[in-house]
Amino acid sequence: MHLEYTVIEGDFVNAGSASSSIKKTLKQLNVNPSIVKRVVVALYEAEVNAIAHAYGGVVTADIDAGKILLRVIDKGPGIPDIEWAMQEGHSTASPEVRNMGFGAGMGLPNIKKNVDRLNVQSTVGVGTTVEMEVNLS
Amino acid sequence: MAFFHALQINENVCEGCSHCMRVCPTEAIRVRDGKAHINENRCVDCGNCFTACPHKAIFVKQDDFDEIFKFPCRVALVPAVFLGQFKDDITVSRIYAILNEIGFQHVIETEISTPLYTEKKNEMERSNNNKPLISSFCPAIVRLIQVKFPGLVDNIMPIKAPLDITAMFIRRKLVKEGWPEDQIGVFYVTPCAAKIAAVKSPVGEEKSSVDGVINMDSLYNRVYKKIKEQGHDYKEVKLPIAQLTSDSILTSLTNGERRLSISEHSLSIDGMDNCMEFLEKVENDEVEGVDFLELRACDQSCPGGILTYNNRFLTCERLFNRARYVAGKERRGELTRAKEVEDEHDYLYENISVEEVEPRSISLDPDISKALEKMNKIKEIERMLPQIDCGICGAPSCDALAEDIVCNGCKLSDCIFVQRNMEARKDMKVEESLKIMENIWGYEKIEKFR
Ligand SMILES: Nc1ncnc2c1ncn2[C@@H]1O[C@H](COP(=O)(O)OP(=O)(O)OP(=O)(O)O)[C@@H](O)[C@H]1O
Ligand code: SF4
Ligand code: SF4
Ligand SMILES: [Mg+2]
Repeated sequence: MHLEYTVIEGDFVNAGSASSSIKKTLKQLNVNPSIVKRVVVALYEAEVNAIAHAYGGVVTADIDAGKILLRVIDKGPGIPDIEWAMQEGHSTASPEVRNMGFGAGMGLPNIKKNVDRLNVQSTVGVGTTVEMEVNLS
Repeated sequence: MAFFHALQINENVCEGCSHCMRVCPTEAIRVRDGKAHINENRCVDCGNCFTACPHKAIFVKQDDFDEIFKFPCRVALVPAVFLGQFKDDITVSRIYAILNEIGFQHVIETEISTPLYTEKKNEMERSNNNKPLISSFCPAIVRLIQVKFPGLVDNIMPIKAPLDITAMFIRRKLVKEGWPEDQIGVFYVTPCAAKIAAVKSPVGEEKSSVDGVINMDSLYNRVYKKIKEQGHDYKEVKLPIAQLTSDSILTSLTNGERRLSISEHSLSIDGMDNCMEFLEKVENDEVEGVDFLELRACDQSCPGGILTYNNRFLTCERLFNRARYVAGKERRGELTRAKEVEDEHDYLYENISVEEVEPRSISLDPDISKALEKMNKIKEIERMLPQIDCGICGAPSCDALAEDIVCNGCKLSDCIFVQRNMEARKDMKVEESLKIMENIWGYEKIEKFR
């Protein structure tokens, strides 16, 4: 099954709407609640990143009996040093974003903790694609 | 597994008006053949439908009152909210005397064991690392979480409600006094349907210590009738057990547990919609740092239970006044402590826990491949439907109809928009579409227009 959502730049209020909807779907599929939780947490972080650091983007989800594959694709500024960004506490968040309670530099590490496979592709000036896969059983 | 539900529809009275279907938080109700039907797997006994029904077609099934006489030793387990139904000039001891007169040798207030409940709750708050800890006090909320938020079942504190603890206490006391276990009948006076379900099919427990349930409204009628008959000529009894503390009196009100919480961050929320909104956030991990959550299905909590008679705000006021009066006695050291309960502390404390709560999933299919297949079909159908949730198909929303088409044998042509289109394209005769409407809304409603 293929699902798609749009994420809008700066719209922190609606951050999490894709993860919320995917959560509902996984619940109906009888996926173990702890796995659902991991998916929701990881996707939420990636959504917020697309909102905070890029200019919004698209979320896609492909679900089959064994796994869920999530992609958060943006056409933002890109990440110059992915390895740096992946470390806890590393952040370039603006003061505005920090004021909203984001920007601790914990998002990407948290994603890594919660998914079974993570692949971040990024080109400076072009955009970032965060690909996450979680086994469903 | 079958779940006991106290909420039932009286088909002879039901008009099939769909008011109930529109307010059900778990989309458990459908209209077919002109009558409402409740899906037992989805119902959480919150009572929203009961309140919404303009025809009083939904009733709360209770045990026959004469059941109590099967037991030689009869106990009425009365929540503070029941006493809060009566005007201030009708004293507690007078109500007790009437309860004695109509058949209960023993009357005990449910909240007498609250200090123990609070002690255990605080212990769990202290040791809990799965935040937030969610109170198990309201059984409609426990069931809601099982059905709609299965990811949060582990957050529910697995302990008995004060009503069960008090039932255990009084049983123990009477057994010690020489009554054989099977001759003691403990009857709980319930403000709601959820508590009945909790007694009849308890969660995390084999069997409840309560033998039967009496609806609060019907007991109110019985007692009130006696009060009228008595006029100024009545007797009072000495209260057999120590009085409730001010804290205990307030337990079943909104904030009743939260105000005693030892955690830094705790919330109390009442009303089904409010609770669902917040649980959604908790499930998404959008709420940080909340330690304890008191959630109650009814507005104003138990004073707003569907089986209460008095206005919920007035009941709250009465309970507040009673608590204030008792607090004065507490300050002056005049309150008789519930020593009998304290004496059984260790026994009760040992038996206070229940097993972890299990989810009660309403997934499409236990097999994920099959569930996916169904889900794909459902999504496809959802796209074909107008998405205005008019309910004319007899389901509460377009998405619910889509699911019913795939899982429960409903047809796409149950949708009024689809019918009109088919008629226009001459794929369906007017008579056929009327027949569909008749199957949903009943012969009588359609006949009027023929
Ligand atoms: N989609 C993106 N586009 C551009 N830069 C990104 C993107 N996602 C992450 N980054 C960069 O990686 C850094 C680390 O991201 P991470 O999510 O770990 O922390 P954060 O977003 O800064 O703070 P937190 O997630 O804790 O609120 C960000 O500060 C940002 O510089
Ligand atoms: S609200 Fe529901 S139960 Fe009551 S009459 Fe209407 S359809 Fe029947
Ligand atoms: S709030 Fe009280 S009366 Fe209402 S459903 Fe819950 S336990 Fe019953
Ligand atoms: Mg982030």
